[in-house]
Amino acid sequence: MLKMNNVSKVYRTDTVKTHALREFSLSVEEGEFVSVTGPSGSGKTTFLNIAGLLEEMTAGTYELDGHDISSLNDRERSRVRNEKIGFIFQSFNLIPELDVFDNVDVPLRYRGFKAAERRRRVERCLDTVGLASRVKHLPAQLSGGQQQRVAIARALAGDPRFLLADEPTGNLDTRMADNVMELLAEINAGGTTIIMVTHELTLADRAQRNIFVRDGNVSDGCSSDELPALNLPEAANA
Amino acid sequence: MFRYYLKLGALSIRANPALSALMVLAIAIGIGACMTIVTVRHVMSDNPIEHKNDVLYHVQVDSWSPAEPYQEPDKPPEQMTYLDAKALYDAGKAYRQVTSFKTSRVVQPDGDDARPFQLDARATTSDFFPMFDVPFLYGAPWDRASDDAEERVTVLSREINEQLFGGEDSTGRMLTLNGEEYRVSGVLDEWTPVPKVYDLNNNPYEAPEALYLPFSLAATNGFSRSGNTSCWKPVADGGFEEFLASECIWIQMWIELRDKSEKDGYLQFLDAYAAEQKALGRFQRPLNNRLNTPSEWLADREVVDDNVSVLLSIAGLFLVVCLLNTIGLLLAKIMRRAKDISLRRALGASKTTLFAQYIIEAGMIGAAGGMLGVGATWLGLRGIENLWSDYDFIQYLVRMDWTMVLLAVVLAVMSAFAAALYPTWRACNITPASQLRIQ
Repeated sequence: MLKMNNVSKVYRTDTVKTHALREFSLSVEEGEFVSVTGPSGSGKTTFLNIAGLLEEMTAGTYELDGHDISSLNDRERSRVRNEKIGFIFQSFNLIPELDVFDNVDVPLRYRGFKAAERRRRVERCLDTVGLASRVKHLPAQLSGGQQQRVAIARALAGDPRFLLADEPTGNLDTRMADNVMELLAEINAGGTTIIMVTHELTLADRAQRNIFVRDGNVSDGCSSDELPALNLPEAANA
Repeated sequence: MFRYYLKLGALSIRANPALSALMVLAIAIGIGACMTIVTVRHVMSDNPIEHKNDVLYHVQVDSWSPAEPYQEPDKPPEQMTYLDAKALYDAGKAYRQVTSFKTSRVVQPDGDDARPFQLDARATTSDFFPMFDVPFLYGAPWDRASDDAEERVTVLSREINEQLFGGEDSTGRMLTLNGEEYRVSGVLDEWTPVPKVYDLNNNPYEAPEALYLPFSLAATNGFSRSGNTSCWKPVADGGFEEFLASECIWIQMWIELRDKSEKDGYLQFLDAYAAEQKALGRFQRPLNNRLNTPSEWLADREVVDDNVSVLLSIAGLFLVVCLLNTIGLLLAKIMRRAKDISLRRALGASKTTLFAQYIIEAGMIGAAGGMLGVGATWLGLRGIENLWSDYDFIQYLVRMDWTMVLLAVVLAVMSAFAAALYPTWRACNITPASQLRIQ
């Protein structure tokens, strides 16, 4: 379903060339829950950005749902992001001026759904995350856990095939993080493929498969038991 | 999506009130300065008889010196000799025809202690009133018979009728002008053509004359001429008869023709007349007869002062400076929202979608700036009115009509669109990941 083959990403400035990903290859099957771990600067967020079409790769091939996405133009990439991918960010990234309903509504607007359909989907997703009663609240009026659940509702609103989560519990306390992880597990059980970047080993261990990224390359198949042995500073501190 | 973008624009403006207010203010000041001058220029170059532009014609025949044209490049005189005006008028080839010149009369009001005073007057033919759609409050113009009989009749402006007859219907009453009795045939209603298209030789922006008299009476009785008189040949010694027979130009002529065939016919008539005059030893210049519509005549005479055009350029530059400031402010505002832009890109907004969103927001700011700019324009016009309050005609040049109001708002919105192009382009090219990575 998601297949990257020898993907490289190089950031260039006038004097410096940084290899964020080096011949990165990975295959994720439909319905999988994959965690991506690795030390800071190892390339896991870059991988997630490329997987989510937020950045373009420098070299390699990337197939999503059987389609080569490297040849897509901006409009087509935007449509793929909108229809197939849902994003969950560590800092929630809700739009402060919009209330809960309108935040969840954003991707549906770009999808071109009619008002009634948008309303149905927003209400369903907010119900799923347990925030149906907070539709008129602004993000600032919600707790961190509630904000992340709104972000999850927004990610789910378009019925994406993929959910890409970048440290989704990074800004939450343990109890709220646990709630969010349970929610992600439920979503995955419903058939949505989830790729989650995290540096918390306990969370990574909840995934069906762990991928360890170091120096822009992938070390597939590590379990949390193996991670400390790889001198993962963030993991050791977790 | 348009309504959605309007909502987002309103939310964004509310979220950044100070920055938005600065942008609105910058646009309003620029629009105000620009539209103040544009409005004055618009009024100065307006055609007050636009609705009859395709039937009215200013008549020119080239009776000027064989040695040089009246005006480069080869322009015929803008006025006529009495000989030509009378001959063309008497020929009666047009549906309506007007010969006229500006003069003045001394009015002697009734009452022993009333002091006489001088008024601007127009000596003209009876067709003047229907030709230029002059509105009447009381009575009517004199008729052609009065023209032919050189009858002492007059039409008064509303203002002078107020002054002399207390605003009552004065038709049929007598008025003493330069010691002679005139019968009032009618009183005009409010009438202020700006510019005064029927006579651009005198100040085109002064108020219309207070009195109107038959041309035949004024011309043959040697009424003073208040307008320009130009002669390329010395007037023969003698009296006023010699002046009337001279090559001096001092009369304006207008005709009304109902269709193109009448126009073609009249041009042929003018050519034949010129040929006839050539045979008599006059009109020694190449054939150069002209019929100009009011708008053509206004353009030909370049009635708008060059200073106004210079001011317009300066005001335009000022608007550009204001827009450059707006670009800076918009750029600052949009860059502050880089994270929001990145997020929307991540959620499926294409560059085109974002472009539309921010351009509409800029349009809203422009519309607000335009509306405030209308107020600034009004203030600017009042400033000009006060600055030039010594001139009676200034009140006619500082009027803002709905066209100008609409133009101010449209110009503001277009300006805001122009100002938003670069910041919006920058916004659309923000890499989504670059901002979402910030935790």
